[in-house]
Amino acid sequence: MAKSVKIYSTPTCPWCIRAKQFLKENNVEFQNIDVSGDQQAIDELMQKSGQMGVPVLDIEGEIIVGFDRERIKIALGL
Amino acid sequence: MQIYDLIIIGAGPAGITASVYAARKKINFLVISLDIGGQAAWSGDIENYTGYQFITGPELAQKFQEHMLKYNTVLKEKEEVRELKKNGDLFSIKTNKAEYYSRSVIIASGKKSRELGVPGEVEFKNRGLTYCATCDGPLFSAKNVAVIGGGNSALDAALQLVKIAKQVYIINNTSALGGDAIMRQKLQEAANVTVFNGAQVISVTGDKFVSGIKIKDNSGTRDLSLQGVFVEIGLVPNSEFAGDVGKNSKNEIKINLRNETNIPGVFAAGDVTDVPEKQIIIAAGEGSKAALSASRYLAINKF
Repeated sequence: MAKSVKIYSTPTCPWCIRAKQFLKENNVEFQNIDVSGDQQAIDELMQKSGQMGVPVLDIEGEIIVGFDRERIKIALGL
Repeated sequence: MQIYDLIIIGAGPAGITASVYAARKKINFLVISLDIGGQAAWSGDIENYTGYQFITGPELAQKFQEHMLKYNTVLKEKEEVRELKKNGDLFSIKTNKAEYYSRSVIIASGKKSRELGVPGEVEFKNRGLTYCATCDGPLFSAKNVAVIGGGNSALDAALQLVKIAKQVYIINNTSALGGDAIMRQKLQEAANVTVFNGAQVISVTGDKFVSGIKIKDNSGTRDLSLQGVFVEIGLVPNSEFAGDVGKNSKNEIKINLRNETNIPGVFAAGDVTDVPEKQIIIAAGEGSKAALSASRYLAINKF
C-alpha cells in the first residue's frame, strides 16, 4: 500500500525542486505543503523537524530533513 | 584499485561542462560533487546565458544535469572532497566516503558562502540563520529579520525580504552600503528597513531557534530582537582540500590560459579559480577549456 508522503517546501529552493522531481520520477504520490507565508505550516515544519530549513519530508511519520536521497529510498522501500 | 584517467571535482557549470567534453573525448572519468548545479542552482532569474533569454537557476541547473547524465557519466553526488594528493604518477582524492585515484584532475569546486564566525552561528544554522534568502525567505513572513552584509547580495536579500518580513535590519560593517545605486534606492523607498552602518555582529542568540542578535557599533552594543538572520557577506573558494595547489591571496586557485595549475595534471575551472569574472557562462566556458587541456595532457603523457 502506498505510504503517505508530505513534503514541506518553498517554490524557490533548489533542493525542494529536486526532491519533488525525484518523487515524481519514482511515481510516488505526495502532498506538497508550500510553507511560504503559511504560519501554521511553518509551525508544523519546525515542530516536526526541530529546524527551519526546507525541504522536509514526512514519510509515514519519518521525518527527513533535506533531500537525502538514500534515506528517502529506504523510507519508501524503493 | 580502479584508476580513472580524469576526476572532475564539482558539478556546477564548470564541472558539468568539463564532464560533457570529457565524455565526448571518450575519457575514462568520474565526477565527484556535493551538489549539482552549484551556485547556479541557487540563482533567481538568469537572463544572460546565451540561448536562454530567461531561465531560472534551478531550471538551468536541471538542464545542465540532463546534459551531463546523457553520456552515462559516473557521478558521486553528496560527496565532499577532503584531500587531493599526488603519489608518483597518480592523484589520490579522499572524500567523506571513499578514496579515488586518477591520472589527472579538474578542480571545479566553486565557491561557498562566507561564514560570520561568531558565537551562535553554527548552533542556529537552519534554526533561523540561513545563507539563502531565495530559499528560506518565505519562512519569515511577518517576522523581524536581519541581513548581514552591505554588498549586492545583501541588498538583493533585503529587497526580497522587505516584501515578506515585518522589519528588516541591515547590519553593514562599512560606513555606507555598497552595491548598485538602483538597489539602494529601492531599499530607501521601503518603509520597513533600518540600516546599521559601521556595525558588527557579536553573537546570534536564542533558545531552540533564533531570538535575537547582539551588534556593536560606535555607540556601543545593542540587542535586536528578531527571528531570522540572513548572512550575505560574500563567498570563499572551496579550495582547502588542494593543499599543494598554488593560490592567490583570496585562496582562489591560480591558473594560466590553458587552465593549468602549478601541478602538472591538475587543472582548475570556474569560480574556484582566479579567472577575472565570475559568471555562469564563463564558468561553463572555462570547464570546456580545462577538459580539452586535460585531454591533451593525457594524450601527450600516454599513461
